[in-house]
Amino acid sequence: MQPSALRPYLLIAPSLVFLLLLFVVPLVQTVALAFDTPSGPGLGSFARMVGDLDFADALRNTFALVLCVVPLQLAAALGMSMMLRHLRGGRDIVLWIWTIPLGISDLAAGLVWLAILTDKGYLNTVLFELGAIPAPQSWLTYETPGVLFLGILIAEFWRATAIVFVVIVAGVQLIPQEYEEAASVFGATAWQRFRRVTLPLLRPTIQTALILRAVLAFEAFAVVLAIGGRNFPVLVSQAFAWQYQNQNYSVAACYAVLVTLVSLAATLVILLALRPRAGETV
Amino acid sequence: MTGLRRALFVAGILLVCAWTLVPIYLVALGGIGGAATVYAWPKPFWPATLSLSNFQAFLEIEGIWPAMLRSIEVAVLCMLFSLLLGAPAGYALARFAFRGATIYRLTILMTRAFPVGILALPLAVGFVRLGIYDTAFGVALMHTALALPFAVLVTASLFLGIPRELEEAAWVFGCSGLGAFRRVVLPLAIPGIAATAIFAFVISWNEVFAASVLTVRHKTLTAYLLTLLSEAPLQSQLAGGLLLILPSVLFIFLVRRYLFAMWGVASR
Repeated sequence: MQPSALRPYLLIAPSLVFLLLLFVVPLVQTVALAFDTPSGPGLGSFARMVGDLDFADALRNTFALVLCVVPLQLAAALGMSMMLRHLRGGRDIVLWIWTIPLGISDLAAGLVWLAILTDKGYLNTVLFELGAIPAPQSWLTYETPGVLFLGILIAEFWRATAIVFVVIVAGVQLIPQEYEEAASVFGATAWQRFRRVTLPLLRPTIQTALILRAVLAFEAFAVVLAIGGRNFPVLVSQAFAWQYQNQNYSVAACYAVLVTLVSLAATLVILLALRPRAGETV
Repeated sequence: MTGLRRALFVAGILLVCAWTLVPIYLVALGGIGGAATVYAWPKPFWPATLSLSNFQAFLEIEGIWPAMLRSIEVAVLCMLFSLLLGAPAGYALARFAFRGATIYRLTILMTRAFPVGILALPLAVGFVRLGIYDTAFGVALMHTALALPFAVLVTASLFLGIPRELEEAAWVFGCSGLGAFRRVVLPLAIPGIAATAIFAFVISWNEVFAASVLTVRHKTLTAYLLTLLSEAPLQSQLAGGLLLILPSVLFIFLVRRYLFAMWGVASR
């Protein structure tokens, strides 16, 4: 082999070695840890995970959050990117403002919404001024699970819609204008153009956006902890508690395995649901 | 568009802007309005007094300064690692047609289907053994795993956008491969590379879960704030939140031109 033929391999080698050590190895270790119980290899830790008081709640909360927030974010991002297409002046500043949440930590987002939703927060102030409540009211306790869920949902929606938006806008920019113009010539309304032309062409983009977002949503952690504390367990906060407070690495690893499997399953479902239909070339 | 539709359209745009900005404004109000603002009832929607007392109180909490410095240290390390490991791979993907290039690209893309952050759980055990548990270096390694796939794909598209002919011309004039890269490609790629670096920095600066799992006494700012959630007074938490947000807002402003090119590429 000539030295120049080796060059690309030398260039990718460091990143491959790194990913092997910090992605593949810990992945294998997670599985090994999960099956490693004090009494030898087995399913003991999984049994403890499932038997955990908060397990069912954590599972339900995680799925409820992902299934509610991700479709909402997709719809909002699609709407926002369609609005952006018609924007003439001020595009630069609007884009900046709309993408600011992309840089905001989930913990910071949780704190932002805590300031709004807390007892003497801004939401209650508005409700008070409107005469809807007589005095500060607690929303973020286990007594009002619906409102608590809604608060976390809103915070996640506020923080992470920007990432879906950016991916969608990048995809929209790849679609040649001619398709829509042609549809226009044949008398399609704006909605028909969106539904029949833009949306099908965006399918690969939507696929990517959904995978990215769903995997991250299954990992939701700091937003949930900041707003809900222990009143709203999710899978990752349970993993954290087992690792950090209970120092039981094996059960924590079981949660990690579960989150990984759920993420992979979600990816697979999205890939299959949005696969190119037979006869499509785009 | 008719006048009414135009007005509705503009109102919609402004509404989305407000939806993003108002919560940040409100937390800023808590941060700069003094302790009185935080506990006032009903809440004022503009600051009665401007005071940095909440910030001061926040900064006086024990451990905040070290945590902030550690966050910066970790983020800078993560930025360096991501670039040093990612940019060469990106260059290889852009410039060479080699066997395995597609598989390599797919491998990088595939990491996205995994909740990478959660791998910090087993890493904590391994890091203890290696003696890098609870160090900035260890956290930075984990954060690099999050930022690296991104850095590879973005730099690949960056180098792809620089005409190969320029590089070949440099070779003709007697530059070595490395010399041509340094004198021709790098100057053209610098803004994009800077954007990639900033993004790696932001990913690390914002990360909570892995940083919390991999540290005990030497926590990053996010990890430290997380432990304060149940202890510190609300105004300090809000000041902390504001402190986390401000750099991010600035960073997004700096990289805004690259955002879409980055994600457009990262999604193919």
